Amino acid sequence: MAATKEEILSGLADIVNEIAGIPTEDVELDKSFTDDLDVDSLSMVEVVVAAEEQFSVKIPDDDVKNLKTVGDAVDYILKAQS
Amino acid sequence: MTAKITPSKGATYARIIGVGGYRPVRVVPNEVILENIDSSDEWIRSRSGIASRHWAGPEETVAEMSIEAGGKAIADAGISADEIDAVVVATVSHFKQTPAVATEIAHRLGTGRPAAFDISAGCAGFTYGLTLGKGMITDGTAKYVLVIGVERLSDLTDKKDRATAFLFGDGAGAVVLGPSDVPAIGPTVWGSEGDKSGTITQTVPWDAFRVDDVAKLPVDENGAVVFPALTQEGQAVFRWAVYEMARVAQEALDAAGVSAADLDAFIPHQANMRIIDSMIKALKLPEHVAVARDIETTGNTSAASIPLAMERLLATGAAKSGDTALVIGFGAGLVYAATVVTLP
Repeated sequence: MAATKEEILSGLADIVNEIAGIPTEDVELDKSFTDDLDVDSLSMVEVVVAAEEQFSVKIPDDDVKNLKTVGDAVDYILKAQS
Repeated sequence: MTAKITPSKGATYARIIGVGGYRPVRVVPNEVILENIDSSDEWIRSRSGIASRHWAGPEETVAEMSIEAGGKAIADAGISADEIDAVVVATVSHFKQTPAVATEIAHRLGTGRPAAFDISAGCAGFTYGLTLGKGMITDGTAKYVLVIGVERLSDLTDKKDRATAFLFGDGAGAVVLGPSDVPAIGPTVWGSEGDKSGTITQTVPWDAFRVDDVAKLPVDENGAVVFPALTQEGQAVFRWAVYEMARVAQEALDAAGVSAADLDAFIPHQANMRIIDSMIKALKLPEHVAVARDIETTGNTSAASIPLAMERLLATGAAKSGDTALVIGFGAGLVYAATVVTLP
């Protein structure tokens, strides 16, 4: 069953917390991965791969660079699920 | 008529019997790299784990560094140079393609008239050479094989590219392979992914310099002629290296019938500390496994990285002779090769 937007955000927050040590409550839709959350380009790859596994979606390398904010990633996963 | 052909008869098994390395005299810390790029020591260390690297001087050519490393490996093996039957040199940074640099190295090491040739398999060059050498020994075409990985990647580094200027180093590492009564090199899991050939590549092909008019030479924004350099798609390489290569490494363990718990050492190609750390996680390596982290002070030396890291792991006592080690090379091609070995 596809995850809801809230479930994706919560799952993503847990992933970002585990990989980059960012408190889950800081992972909000309008936050930029690099500028606000200090997730660097390599950690971003780890976040993406973990998200692919958790939500059973594919996020190709070419699309990763377009995921600037947490909201971008949530929307991408939401769309990729359907 | 079809004549009866006598086949060659090889040793039952092969093993690494000696290792040697050469690191150029000049140590280049991050501060020197930062003279040409807008970055910081902290940024370089956090992205790559590299604090310093060695860059070769004019006298430290591909051949000279190879002779140093090869000589040490032969001495470590306890054989004489003239017993070497084949010399395999893996490199992407020897700029005179013909003849192969392996023949000069073989001659100057005093190995007599062995089979000698170069191979090009990027950062997997050493593990490709190891696989070829093992095959020669078990096939019977050689008793002792010298496998050298050598690079002068500083010659292929764009010193002004903030994504790669800090990454590469120079050096040579070598092993001697010989016959063994017991299995000491596992099956190699290897392959290539040519659909990703652009992921790590030389920026300009050599024949771009073969122009009828100097005005057509490849130049940068200041009009200076651009020498070829190595470039890579960082995120794509990172994903491939961590996740795909962890799978390949696991396959090599499975093929050798060795579990992660059985390992004493893990010697991956020294591409990036972050890749090494993530591979350890993906492979679920237990704490007792000694992990090669030579990249911190050596940088990425492509084909030379595994034998250099192996030598250091043994020299520092972090691993010892007879230990079981997982080795995996991966890089431009994309190509990869992994196997399990008994350390010399």
